[in-house]
Amino acid sequence: MQRNTGHCTNVPRNVNMESLRNGYLFPEISLRELEHIQKYPDSELIRLGIGDTTNPIPDIITSAMAEYARALSTVRGYRGYGAEQGNKELRQAIAETFYEDTGVKGGEIFVSDGAQSDISRLQLLFGSNVTMAVQNPSFPAYIDTSVIVGQAGEFQEETGKYRNIVYMNCLPENNFFPDLSTMPRTDIIFFCSPNNPTGSAASRLQLEQLVAYAKAKGSIIVYDSAYSVFITDGSPKSIFEIPGAREVAIEVSSFSKFAGFTGVRLGWTVVPKELLYSTGFPVIKDYNRLVCTSFNGASSISQAGGLACLSPEGYTALNAVVDYYKDNAKMICDALASVGLKVYGGRNAPYVWVHFPGLKSWDVFAEILEKAHVITVPGRGFGPGGEEFIRISTFGHRESIAEASRRLKSLFIHN
Amino acid sequence: MSAIHHPRHLSTSISSSTSAFLGQNNFNTRTQSVPLPVRNNGSCKCVATPSAEKTAYTTKVSRNANMAKLQAGYLFPEVARRKAAHILKYPDAEVISLGIGDTTEPIPEVITSAMAKRSNALSTVEGYSGYGAEQGEKVCLILFYKNSCQNPLLYRHVDSSSRSVQPLRAAIATAFYGHLGIEEDDIFVSDGAKSDISRLQVLFGSGVTMAVQDPSYPAYVDSSVIMGQTKQFQKDIEKYANIEYMSCTPENGFFPDLSKVSRTDIIFFCSPNNPTGSAASREQLTRLVQFAKDNGSIIVYDSAYALYISDDNPRSIFEIPGAKEVAIETSSFSKYAGFTGVRLGWTVVPKQLLYSDGFPVAKDFNRIVCTCFNGASNIAQSGALACVSPDGLKAIHEVIGFYKENADIIMDTFNSLGFNVYGGKNAPYVWVHFPGRSSWDVFSEILEKTHVVTTPGSGFGPGGEGFVRVSAFCHRSNVLEACRRFKQLYK
Repeated sequence: MQRNTGHCTNVPRNVNMESLRNGYLFPEISLRELEHIQKYPDSELIRLGIGDTTNPIPDIITSAMAEYARALSTVRGYRGYGAEQGNKELRQAIAETFYEDTGVKGGEIFVSDGAQSDISRLQLLFGSNVTMAVQNPSFPAYIDTSVIVGQAGEFQEETGKYRNIVYMNCLPENNFFPDLSTMPRTDIIFFCSPNNPTGSAASRLQLEQLVAYAKAKGSIIVYDSAYSVFITDGSPKSIFEIPGAREVAIEVSSFSKFAGFTGVRLGWTVVPKELLYSTGFPVIKDYNRLVCTSFNGASSISQAGGLACLSPEGYTALNAVVDYYKDNAKMICDALASVGLKVYGGRNAPYVWVHFPGLKSWDVFAEILEKAHVITVPGRGFGPGGEEFIRISTFGHRESIAEASRRLKSLFIHN
Repeated sequence: MSAIHHPRHLSTSISSSTSAFLGQNNFNTRTQSVPLPVRNNGSCKCVATPSAEKTAYTTKVSRNANMAKLQAGYLFPEVARRKAAHILKYPDAEVISLGIGDTTEPIPEVITSAMAKRSNALSTVEGYSGYGAEQGEKVCLILFYKNSCQNPLLYRHVDSSSRSVQPLRAAIATAFYGHLGIEEDDIFVSDGAKSDISRLQVLFGSGVTMAVQDPSYPAYVDSSVIMGQTKQFQKDIEKYANIEYMSCTPENGFFPDLSKVSRTDIIFFCSPNNPTGSAASREQLTRLVQFAKDNGSIIVYDSAYALYISDDNPRSIFEIPGAKEVAIETSSFSKYAGFTGVRLGWTVVPKQLLYSDGFPVAKDFNRIVCTCFNGASNIAQSGALACVSPDGLKAIHEVIGFYKENADIIMDTFNSLGFNVYGGKNAPYVWVHFPGRSSWDVFSEILEKTHVVTTPGSGFGPGGEGFVRVSAFCHRSNVLEACRRFKQLYK
């Protein structure tokens, strides 16, 4: 622990922060990347690690943002504070584009600066006294924010799990959908579909089971649909396609992967009016209060971009970019499968989930990095259920994807 | 905190007075009847309308008790609600907003053209950038700091394809902390002070105690309640139990008598102050830093209005020797550059600031920022970089000067009417005393009779009772008209 000869305050360190293991996963990957570049400055490192979009944003969208920005220099076009819940037109457009026929209204949509912020705000909303379940493996922010807010209990080294969190195993054996029959009840259930990192999209039947389960247990599902645009097989794109979901679920989504807005920052959360706490108090009222107190709205420029994304022209242009990434995924899947690797995902999500039975994922990660100069993400970073897996992200320029596919085939050819 | 004495009811859909593109501040239309909470001995008992009670399914998830402690809505949406109701009542009235401190003047072109340029660049291969460093953009080679804890403070490597990334953190360090020894890696760029205040509360956790000025910007108290640092609201004194309220009044020159302040872990201090407009002197801040040092406390210093200072009061807590060991500073481009909608701020956590066990606060804040946040918008960051360029600084000082002139006009008006007037000189807020009167009553009277929206002082804490805050953010013509109406009302 860092010691310093200077003054120490008498403020105790937040014990929840002490419970966190290491740094957040993705900065750790960046660190490995940096070390590798120092070691091999001439290697042409290919980044299929952090799921960062790579393709330029279509003109129609960026010119809308540029125009909005320029207008801020005019008397007529200047805008100050926006509503914390987001621009009304944008909320409406989100409802119409993504929630047609599901009953979700603009007034139930809270525009944000992205899912990562929203997940934290939801944890703040729920407080430290709720229990939660996550898929195992899962996007690390669900667990990490749970720890930070004080829900998670102690970390248990032997199992790699936090005591109070219920881990719902999602493995090839159960087609990456948890066995709900054996699960202990929790207040909150985080569910991401299409899934990061496994790439699996839950079917309508599975989501009906999930909603029924939540209803029977009185739980709230926090459904992360950030990758729904990548679905190719007709699986539901929103939890609200399932009847009854409005009484049991919140949905979080994002423009990041859909529109290349990873740097621009725009997302949203849906809190249906029918979602009630045990006392009958509407969750949306508290969420609204929280948003008004802890947040001051997504950037107005990003919101202008969001609106352009959902125009007919913008939406068409973005789908072309998404298709590009989908073709990347196919290329990688085919390459890896051709050398006999067990490959999952890639069909409904921009992630390929590769199984290396019996091996430790950080070792495989290191080997791929060292020998093929390709950055991936070790499955263990997503929870103990990811131990034998590697996540390969399929964002990238086609040439890089092709080159990475070649190198990986080469590396694993004797598999 | 709040003195609203009627049950909070759901607002119906009311557009604000500006164009449809601007979202409304109110909670949107709800067509379904929902249970309204009724206070009953401090606990919240739900009284549902008949149809809702019979058919509504409820989950078995308990409502977060901390949320239930909050008194009514956040202050500014409440003011907005009153304004909207007033507009409905008097559709022909020309309502002038001197309430919510919302900037009104266009952003200088040097700044918006930088943002337009960055937007357009995102459509190009060379100019496209995805995720930025959560702490803010930095031209970064291979620079990282590792320690024995294996918890490195890490800077995201920028590869050659992201040449558009600019050194914002360094630029902020240079522009505002030039000779104060604050470095770029002490600076965490954000989407604004309000988000930062919450993130700081999440950082500190529920186990700390805090002190605020009374009156103060409501987000400090409200975020503390949400975090679980407080006990129940005590209606008789209008304070939350477990928060130390440091009285700031005309009698003590709006600087608390520290000899009467009990030790708390965290001390929120805003200077120049929202709402009183008072800027602490070097001598006062030296005492505050000493107080924090003696008590082992951490000051969270909100300097969002520092550039409004007219005299030579400190612009940053770090001008005070020793402050790096006891203080965090948060600031924002909102009131400097009209970025209230664009969203860009920053927080400084010095390396020297340590918890009681010697662990650096910055390391935990970094972890929070990396986990609970994903960076400020890259376009907004480009705008901020332009703000701190020589031309940008010159331009924003002009806009700030404009608002300061507004403040002068407002101050002169109330002074001429015989009121005791505070603030205005070092901040864009004028704090007007109405001794013996309820501030919500004065707010309503001014709104009803002059169609001018202000902010009732009690919304900022019991120490604000008897005061009204008048904001200087306005078009000049509106300020002049508002003042004309004040003169009419109070002559």
